Amino acid sequence: MQRKSNSGCACGGMTNLLLPCSGAADTGEIADRAARRFAGRGCAGMFCLAGVGANISGFIASARGADRLLVVDGCKLDCGLKALQEKGISENIIHLRLTDLGLVKGQSPANEENVELVVAELGRKLNQSL
Amino acid sequence: MLIQVLGSGCAKCRQLEENARRAAEELNLDFRIEKVSSLQEIMSFGVMLTPALVLDREVKTAGKVPDVAEIKKMLQAST
Repeated sequence: MQRKSNSGCACGGMTNLLLPCSGAADTGEIADRAARRFAGRGCAGMFCLAGVGANISGFIASARGADRLLVVDGCKLDCGLKALQEKGISENIIHLRLTDLGLVKGQSPANEENVELVVAELGRKLNQSL
Repeated sequence: MLIQVLGSGCAKCRQLEENARRAAEELNLDFRIEKVSSLQEIMSFGVMLTPALVLDREVKTAGKVPDVAEIKKMLQAST
């Protein structure tokens, strides 16, 4: 369960949820690993995108109740963003598409360098939204 | 109708319970309110933010305290 953050980050105790697409491609793996690493820093909590897609009311209500949804999509298919939009959730979304960072789907190993690139961008986007 | 309030028992949870009770009473519904504070049980609903309001096993809100008027609309839509 996500708790209000008190980690010393700048998010000010807002409820921020991370929704990586966690797709099968390398960029999906980077999205997942970066989101989990970012969550470990305390500014946001991991969230179950699959639960939203499965139409489980608790997940949908939780997504609607969050202050910010950090959606991390590996490629321009934007599965994470579209899964939310399918449920009418379109507010408070911060969207990050990994291919916009120069990562090429199928040619970007989920290594330390690429994961950290995404973690840093998540931090930048979250700070911008404050 | 079964109305469940999910949460640890904090001030917001108590406010949500009070709002839900008032809403149901004002609509003259036959209802029962249940407080759920077990983390395991809360998570079994897929809820990740509390307090949460559940009407007949369907989660309506999470991480918010809707007012009486809002809850009345939800109750009317669920009956």
